[in-house]
Amino acid sequence: MAIIELRGIKRHYLVGEITIKAIRGIDLDVETGEFVAIMGPSGSGKSTLMNTLGCLDKPTEGSYTLDGLETSKATSDEFADIRNDKIGFVFQGFNLLSRTSALENVELPLLYDRSGSKLNPKARAKAALEEVGLGNRLDHMPNQLSGGQQQRVAIARAMVKDPAFILADEPTGNLDSEMTLEVMSLFQKLNDSGKTVVMVTHEPDVALYTKRVIAMRDGAIVSDTQVKDRRKAADDLAAWKKDHAQLAGEEAAT
Amino acid sequence: MTFAKLSTASLRSIFRNKMRSFLTSLGIIIGVCSVIVMVAVGSGSQALIQKQIAAMGTNLIMVMPPRGPRTANRLTMADIQKLRTESSYISAITGEVRMGGTNIVGGSSYWSTTVYGVEPDYIVIKDWPVQSGTFFSDKDITSRAKSAVLGATVAAKLFPDQDPLGKYIRIGTTPFTVVGLLAVKGANAQGADQDDVVMVPLDTALNRLMVDGRINSIEMSAVSESLMTAAQSEVTSILRESHKLAAGADSDFDVMNQSQIIQTASQTAQTLTALLAAIAGVSLIVGGIGIMNIMLVSVTERTREIGIRMSVGARKRDILLQFLSESVFLSLLGGIIGILLALAVAYGLQRFLKTPTLVSPSVIAASVGFAAAVGIFFGFYPARKAANLYPIDALRHE
Repeated sequence: MAIIELRGIKRHYLVGEITIKAIRGIDLDVETGEFVAIMGPSGSGKSTLMNTLGCLDKPTEGSYTLDGLETSKATSDEFADIRNDKIGFVFQGFNLLSRTSALENVELPLLYDRSGSKLNPKARAKAALEEVGLGNRLDHMPNQLSGGQQQRVAIARAMVKDPAFILADEPTGNLDSEMTLEVMSLFQKLNDSGKTVVMVTHEPDVALYTKRVIAMRDGAIVSDTQVKDRRKAADDLAAWKKDHAQLAGEEAAT
Repeated sequence: MTFAKLSTASLRSIFRNKMRSFLTSLGIIIGVCSVIVMVAVGSGSQALIQKQIAAMGTNLIMVMPPRGPRTANRLTMADIQKLRTESSYISAITGEVRMGGTNIVGGSSYWSTTVYGVEPDYIVIKDWPVQSGTFFSDKDITSRAKSAVLGATVAAKLFPDQDPLGKYIRIGTTPFTVVGLLAVKGANAQGADQDDVVMVPLDTALNRLMVDGRINSIEMSAVSESLMTAAQSEVTSILRESHKLAAGADSDFDVMNQSQIIQTASQTAQTLTALLAAIAGVSLIVGGIGIMNIMLVSVTERTREIGIRMSVGARKRDILLQFLSESVFLSLLGGIIGILLALAVAYGLQRFLKTPTLVSPSVIAASVGFAAAVGIFFGFYPARKAANLYPIDALRHE
């Protein structure tokens, strides 16, 4: 079943007297369990598409059905509920609340839960952090965590409400190679356990860890391909660590 | 979001920026504190005045020479006599003459004080018991006895180490026997020492100590509180008759009762209290503007946080309530600190500066209510500004 169904999506902005056509008609289906990378140069409309998918922005035209729910007529409150319930966001800049512990950051979506769920927010947040391997960092503030760890907190926050899909906007843009591999292996792990992931990136290397690559240009999809030689981030991470250990050893020897 | 969650979230964010929160609330703290202290000082002195005037006597009616330009004093012993025989609403009456700055010699020292010439009813009307010895009797009056009753201060000055009863003192050049000691009365509303007096029989004072024979005032007790008005008008008509005033002519005396005296005395204090409280109230509003200012800065500064909250599902209302409750909590906390500070200041004033203060719960309640209202009023605009942010813009804000 398609979890995301875009039909004839257009998004026009009016800047002064000029209309900017950021998206000029996109049709897209994403099935449950897919791992999609959206690629394209700046100005290709991928951020706008991202905002639309994330229910942060309403398309000018077209219909967007998310998890069986038509969203084009939603009010801003309904949009807020959809974001809370169906979408887990991961951003390039992590977007954690500063001076707020990892646990409290992960609890945040549960704070705005309106479904009346009876589960203990603390316990759920703790479980989510344990799943991303930060069970021993619950009370750390964002500034006490590395970039990779911060992004893992953000991922824990994205999945704490078990959303329909995770939407990641350049999640590795601010990270070095090791942390990138860490985060990508986490995404792969989530995806292997059945979670749908949609990710915007402009790094072709990173896209190789996904299953499907959609390339955009000038507000339209120009290619939509399945990844053939899919890489395992966990393996690459292990290899990377081995290389570095060796390098460090050689340096120490000389 | 439930109220409990909302409160914890706002309190958390207030305590995350302790210094700034404190400085923000400072306006409210000072405002609330000064309102409470001003009103406390005002009503404290008012209460003191009332207490002291009540201590002047029960159901007191006073006749005095008129105040203002027509100052000729026409009160005489004949007036007192006429009142005593004709009035039906008066239970006690005394004439009073005062001789300030009179030199008294007694024991081995001397003292300058006010000598009062009064009648036996004086201690009944003034509710001022004799501590030891006796007060004058009617016989002392008619016989113009040279008996004196000392106030506690005078007794202590003249006879520091001995019992003054039975001792001789000299008032001017006339010797008197001390027959009684008055109980300690303390300071009056103006801060003057009421125990710094010597009492002598009225007739003695008029005939042996004074030359002009005018009565300074006549003081009376009405039979009961309900008959005060009747007594007052009766006294007026008897005195007008005694002074042979034509109908329609101005009285050449003033009749006042206790509540009128209290009213006159507290009116000034009340006006002053209201003025001070109003000035302090202005500082509360200024404090509110301070909160609005910081909340506006805070909204800009935390735009990203607002974006994050919106992206994980906060509705406009959640953001609005969050910022609103933050400003309300800021001003409420400020209000509470202000109250504690005010209580400390009021206590300190009373304890160390002897300024009477009266902190009333209603003023505390009103100022807390006002502080909360200020928080809502001045917090609403910034909160709405935060709630109306567009999620994407808020998220992309640097």
